[in-house]
Amino acid sequence: MDFSAVDLARFQFAFTVSFHIIFPAFSIGLASYLAVLEGMWLWTKREVYLQLFKYWLTIFAIAFGMGVVSGVVMTYQFGTNWAEFSDKTGPVLGPVIGYEVLTAFFLEAGFLGIMLFGMNRVGKHLHFAATLIVAFGTALSGFWILSVNSWMQTPAGFSINEAGQFIPEDWWEIIFNPSFPYRFVHMMLAAYLTTAFVVAAVGAYHLLKDKTNQAARTMFSMALWLIAFVAPAQMFAGDLHGLNTLEHQPAKIAAMEGHFETQSPAPLILFGWPDMERAETLYKIEVPYLSSIILTHTLTGAVPGLKEFPREDWPNATIVFWSFRVMVGIGLLMTLVGLWSLWNRYRGTLFDNRALQRAALVMGPSGFIAVLAGWITTEVGRQPFTVYGLLRTSDSVSPIDAPAVATSLTIFIVVYFIVFGTGIAYILKSMRKSPHASIGPEPGIPTRTAGITPAPALTPDTVEKD
Amino acid sequence: MELDYPLIWGLLIAFAIFAYVCLDGFDLGIGILYPTTSDQDERSLMMNTVAPVWDGNETWLILGGGGLFAVFPLAYATIMPALYMPILLMLIGLIFRGVAFEYRFKASDKRRPYWDLAFFLGSLVAALSQGVALGALIQGIEIEGRSYAGGWFDWLTPFSVMTGFALVSGYALLGATWLIMKLEGTAQEHFRRVARPCALLLLMFIGIVSIWMPFIDPGIVRLWFSMPYVLYTVPVPIAVAALAFVIWRGITYDHHHATAFLATLGLFLVTYIGLGINLYPYVVPHNFTIWEAAAPDSSLKFLLVGAVVLIPMILAYTGYAYWVFRGKTKSTEGYH
Repeated sequence: MDFSAVDLARFQFAFTVSFHIIFPAFSIGLASYLAVLEGMWLWTKREVYLQLFKYWLTIFAIAFGMGVVSGVVMTYQFGTNWAEFSDKTGPVLGPVIGYEVLTAFFLEAGFLGIMLFGMNRVGKHLHFAATLIVAFGTALSGFWILSVNSWMQTPAGFSINEAGQFIPEDWWEIIFNPSFPYRFVHMMLAAYLTTAFVVAAVGAYHLLKDKTNQAARTMFSMALWLIAFVAPAQMFAGDLHGLNTLEHQPAKIAAMEGHFETQSPAPLILFGWPDMERAETLYKIEVPYLSSIILTHTLTGAVPGLKEFPREDWPNATIVFWSFRVMVGIGLLMTLVGLWSLWNRYRGTLFDNRALQRAALVMGPSGFIAVLAGWITTEVGRQPFTVYGLLRTSDSVSPIDAPAVATSLTIFIVVYFIVFGTGIAYILKSMRKSPHASIGPEPGIPTRTAGITPAPALTPDTVEKD
Repeated sequence: MELDYPLIWGLLIAFAIFAYVCLDGFDLGIGILYPTTSDQDERSLMMNTVAPVWDGNETWLILGGGGLFAVFPLAYATIMPALYMPILLMLIGLIFRGVAFEYRFKASDKRRPYWDLAFFLGSLVAALSQGVALGALIQGIEIEGRSYAGGWFDWLTPFSVMTGFALVSGYALLGATWLIMKLEGTAQEHFRRVARPCALLLLMFIGIVSIWMPFIDPGIVRLWFSMPYVLYTVPVPIAVAALAFVIWRGITYDHHHATAFLATLGLFLVTYIGLGINLYPYVVPHNFTIWEAAAPDSSLKFLLVGAVVLIPMILAYTGYAYWVFRGKTKSTEGYH
């Protein structure tokens, strides 16, 4: 196989950004969860919240560290592999990223040390302030970087100079470009859902071992409250995001839907195999009218097909069609888990229903898969452009020889699997420990006998950060 | 009045890079000095002196890179491909040493030596590649039009390798003097002994670079030895000599704790200014001046508004974070 420098650079970007997005998606949600836990502890004075705070702080520290180091790579990769893109978009995107660094990265990094190590030095209330600041910083960082990404999808507020550079004309239009509000809300909700499913799974894991574990009960319940409300909200936000994409990037929608021909009314293709060579979707299972209903909110509205657009501007429909279905499928399952938990809560069986707990455990990583599938949909759907409709991916790449890119790609793959594989293993190891470990029984909860207490719960050194 | 925005930003980026060199310099230095002890407690102590702040230190590197992208996109787009391999190696080094902060304390006793090694090698490689990148940049890169036109190993020259080792010795000295300041007892004694060879090496490298530079760019000779420039340039070597003397005293005498570290920072500042005088007004040496590489004023103005407000705030709360963790790091205060 012979790959061009563009293919390799694209694969390298996809690989490094996919690894990277996992950590912020988790740490945005987890930072907020930690802020809630610490706030609840200060407010109610219940030890269980402090216990949970310390438990998740250990995990947060590892995830955040991995996010930082994989993020530094992104900052430099624009220049090393995508020099032409950097030269042309720098005047518009650079200052937005600059604001991300100045407002968010420094804030997070500056207060993270106090959040992780400073409890005894600054006292409870200042420490809580540090936690809030870190949580705010993670969300603010999402604000800026999603603005940058959205501008690449729906560029606005610029002109082009004689050197071919994009030049800012209106910063408000650049930052709040047409797809940004939708993408921002969709991604923030995704981050919260992703974290909630991880927390629910860890809670479920410990409840399956011991359903009287108070800390596990608390985290399981908290996570499922969030899931019950945010999962349906996310479906709604996703629908709005889709309509916005139809308006600004109809070719992407055509690829997501697997439509090659424009039709009215348009059926929804549930499953099939979009064949790019033949320009048709094979083996399709359709629901009549449904695509028109979803996308135009009318019975017979026209839904564009890829053939409306020049062939050289088509994104890869096979990938986009399937990644979109993976994301939506997981979204539906998440909503179901949320509803199921509400039913069990109503019946008072939230901590007894082992089937629900097993489902929550299995769904633990589902948020990450949905986030990756969603990003693949929107990014592959943006192809063959880096700045949609204006700058082609093939014109964005650095004048670097393919062997150089191949070398760095190989190094990144090896290093990422070693480093982040180890980190994830340490996170899982921390999660296996019971959160209820070293504190005495909660008032009103019967003392457990040693027989049913999981072994790790007996070792006092399981609470790491102290 | 119309301000010279590219010049202001040139100074701000220079400041960000200097802040990075100082701040991450000492924590990379600590990694470089890891093999000087095999005592596990001392190693934990060394790491704990920077654990709460290393992340903020590294953010200056992101500001340097992100800032270059924002205000000098042409420089970013030509320097990065030219320094492809050193940048890659720096990133890999930073990954390994960055995660070692957490992993070292999570690892089993059997695995810990691997993460100690990762911390050492990661720090060493990151420092070395930064120095190599600097040397390669000073030597100049091949440009055609608005793009890099050289090969992917152009950066590797005797000069760039030498600047690589020069920076390693500089970071090692920053690390050693930081540890003199933050530790006490036998650990402090240990780093007083370690600091001396680091200081000698650094001074030697400063001498070599100073002699070598004019051969790379004859313009420098004119700059350093003609009026009125000589008025600006002569104080530089004098200041280097004076600071070297203060560093040596700070290392040697027991009642000095912070002196050597502060004087080393001063030495970095002086040599950095000297370097700045050599490179000015270029951001890509011999090719693009800061005005040629700058983004339009509308970009520079927009980010400058934020920078003017935010950078002082960042300095204030970064200072606060350092203040919270001030004083000697004690082994009883195991964060982990």
